[in-house]
Amino acid sequence: MNHRVKEKLEILADAAKYDVSCASSGSKRKNTKDGLGNATGMGICHTYTQDGRCVSLLKILLTNHCIFDCAYCVSRRSNDIKRAAFTVQEVVDLTINFYKRNYIEGLFLSSGIFKNVDYTMERLVRIAKKLREEHKFNGYIHLKAIPGASDELIHEAGLYADRLSVNLEIPSEQSLKKVAPEKDYATAYKPMNYLSEAITEYKKEKKVIKSAPKFTPGGQSTQLVIGATPENDRHILNLADSLYQQQNLKRVYYSGYIPISDDNRLPVLRQAPLRRENRLYQADWLMRFYKFKVDEIVDDNNPNLDLDIDPKLAYALRNPQFFPIDVNIADYEWILRIPGIGAKSAKKIIAARRFGKLRQEHLKKIGIIWKRAKYFLTCADRDFINLGFQPEAIRAQILHNPKSKSKPGQLNLFAPTPTLLTT
Amino acid sequence: MTFVYDATYEGLLSAIFESYRLQTIPLRIVAEDKHQKSLFDQVVTINTDDTYSNRVKKGLEKKCGKQASNLIYRCFLSEKPGIEMLIFHFVRTAMKHEENVLQNYRDEQILQLHQINKQIGREVHRMHAFVRFQETKDGMMTSLINPDFNVIPLIGKHFVDRYPAFEWLIYDTKRRYGIHYKDSLSFITFGENQHRYLAGEVLTSAENQYQQLWKSYFRAVDIPERRNLKLHVQHVPKRYWKYLIEKSEA
Repeated sequence: MNHRVKEKLEILADAAKYDVSCASSGSKRKNTKDGLGNATGMGICHTYTQDGRCVSLLKILLTNHCIFDCAYCVSRRSNDIKRAAFTVQEVVDLTINFYKRNYIEGLFLSSGIFKNVDYTMERLVRIAKKLREEHKFNGYIHLKAIPGASDELIHEAGLYADRLSVNLEIPSEQSLKKVAPEKDYATAYKPMNYLSEAITEYKKEKKVIKSAPKFTPGGQSTQLVIGATPENDRHILNLADSLYQQQNLKRVYYSGYIPISDDNRLPVLRQAPLRRENRLYQADWLMRFYKFKVDEIVDDNNPNLDLDIDPKLAYALRNPQFFPIDVNIADYEWILRIPGIGAKSAKKIIAARRFGKLRQEHLKKIGIIWKRAKYFLTCADRDFINLGFQPEAIRAQILHNPKSKSKPGQLNLFAPTPTLLTT
Repeated sequence: MTFVYDATYEGLLSAIFESYRLQTIPLRIVAEDKHQKSLFDQVVTINTDDTYSNRVKKGLEKKCGKQASNLIYRCFLSEKPGIEMLIFHFVRTAMKHEENVLQNYRDEQILQLHQINKQIGREVHRMHAFVRFQETKDGMMTSLINPDFNVIPLIGKHFVDRYPAFEWLIYDTKRRYGIHYKDSLSFITFGENQHRYLAGEVLTSAENQYQQLWKSYFRAVDIPERRNLKLHVQHVPKRYWKYLIEKSEA
C-alpha cells in the first residue's frame, strides 16, 4: 500500500460521493465458517459524513476517466479534473481490509466509462467475483449495471452482487437529451427490465429449490437528480411510482442537484434544493410504507410538494372530510394517516387499545407528536365536536409554533438517506 | 424493606422469587455494590439461587412468552437506577393477569421498560456500527468501546457471525471486561487501568496505513455544500468519538 493508493482513493471517493445511495439493507447473506462477513438484512451505517449522510459502504469509482460528457456529472469528459483508476487488486484489498476492521458493510462500486461499456462492466464484475470466490467475502456488494452492457455481463453481476442500480439521473428523457447527449431512456430501461425479470425468475426458482443461487437479493435501485431540470414533483413522483410498480425497484433515490458544474447546459443554482429533496423522500415513504397513492400526495392543483409542511400534513389539510380519526376504533391504515403518528406508534396504539380506551396521556407517552396530531384525532377524553376544522388556521398554528421543526427555510432532522429501515 | 442482591441478573430474579416466598413487597431492590445502609431500614440479603431464578423466568415465559424474559434481561443490562423495581413490577403484573400484558402500553411502568429496551437496542446497533478493530502484532483484531449501557453480552453473536475466521477482542473500558473470540466466544477481563487505549507500538504497520486510508476516505466523501454538523453529531454523538478512527485527532 503506497501513497499513490491514498491519492486514488481520495479522487475516486470524491467522484463517487454524489451518488446518494449508500444502503446496505434488504439483503440477507449468511457467512461460511472460513468466510468474511455477512449481510443481515437491516443494514448498518458505520459512520456519518459531516453533512449527516450514512456511510455504510466503501463507495468508489473504479475510474473517473469517462468517454461520456453528461453536464451534471463531475467526471464528464470535458471537465478539467484529476483522473485516476484503481486496479482490480487495489479495490479488493481496500474492501477486505476496511471490512475486517468493521469500517464498512461492503463495497459500492461504480465507474466512469473507459474504452467501452462492456469493457468497464467486465472489470466491475471481475472485482465482485474475486471478492466472493477468492476471498469468500459475504458482505454487501452494490454494483452499477451500466446501460448498454451485454445481458450476459449484467446477469453475471447479479449473481455476485446484493444490489444493482441503473441511474436514470434526469427525470425526463427530453431533459436528459439536452444535458447528456450520449444517453437515452431506452438504453437505461433495458438492463432495468432485464434485472426485474431475472430477479422474479430466481425468486420463483428459490421457492422450489432451496439451493438455487441468489440473484441480486437486495433488488435494484436508481437515482433521480432534482432541480437541475424543470420537471415538477408530480412528474417525479409519478416516475418513481412507475419504477416501483413496473420495474419492481427497491429504492428510488432523490439527489438535490449540487451546483458542481459550470457547464452552461445547466441552470445556476444558488444552493442545492435540499428541502425539496427532503419532501420528496417523505412523499416516497408515504407511497412505500403508508399506502398512499401518488395522486393523494400531488395532483393538478398541487403539482409540487409544499416546502413548508410535510406531505402527510398537507394531505390531511386538503382532506378535512376524513378527519378527525378516532384512535380507539379506526383501522391501522387510517391511524397511519394521522399527521404526527408514525408506523411504530400506530402499531403501539393498536396493541394498547386492547387493554382499554386510550386517553391523551397514553398517546403522548406512546410517542406520537401531539402538537401536530391533536388537530386530527379523537380519543377517550378528547371530543372533537366543538373544535371545528379550519385547515388554514391549523396550518398557521403548526407553522407559527415557536418550537415547530417545520419552520420555513429550516431543514428538519429527517435524514435524507434513512438508515434503519429495511427496504 | 430493602432487598439487597449480588448485582447479577440471576440475583435479581431470585429477589423477585423471595418476595413471593416471603409474601412481601420490598420498597427497594438494590445491588450490593450500590447499597447504602440506613438506620431504620430492614434489609433482606438475597441468596442467588439458579433454581429460584429459573422458576421466575419460566413462570414469566409461560404467561408472556420469551419476548418478555428477553425484555427484562435487556432492561437489566441498562444499569439504570431503579430498573430493579420496574422489572419487579412487570413480573408481578404479568403473573397477576390472565392475559399477556407485554404490550399494555397504557401501563406507565411497562411502557417505560419498552422505552428502555429501545435505548438498549439503539446502543447495540451503535456498537455494531462503531466497533473499530485494530490489528495488533500478535495477529489479533482488537476493539475498545465505552458504551452507555452494559451491552457486551448482547453484541457477541453479531461479530461471531461476521468474523468467524480470525481472533478478535472487544473490550469495554468502562466496565473493564470484554469478549474474546478464537474459534469460540468467551468473556475476558484484565487488571485495573489496562487497555484504556492501544499504544501505537503494538499495532502492525499495515494497521496504521489502513487507518490513514480510512481517514482519507472519510474526508473525501464529505460534501461541503450540504454540511449539517448538527445532524452529524446527532448520528455520531461526541461521547463515541474517542474510539472512532475517523473522528480521532492523531
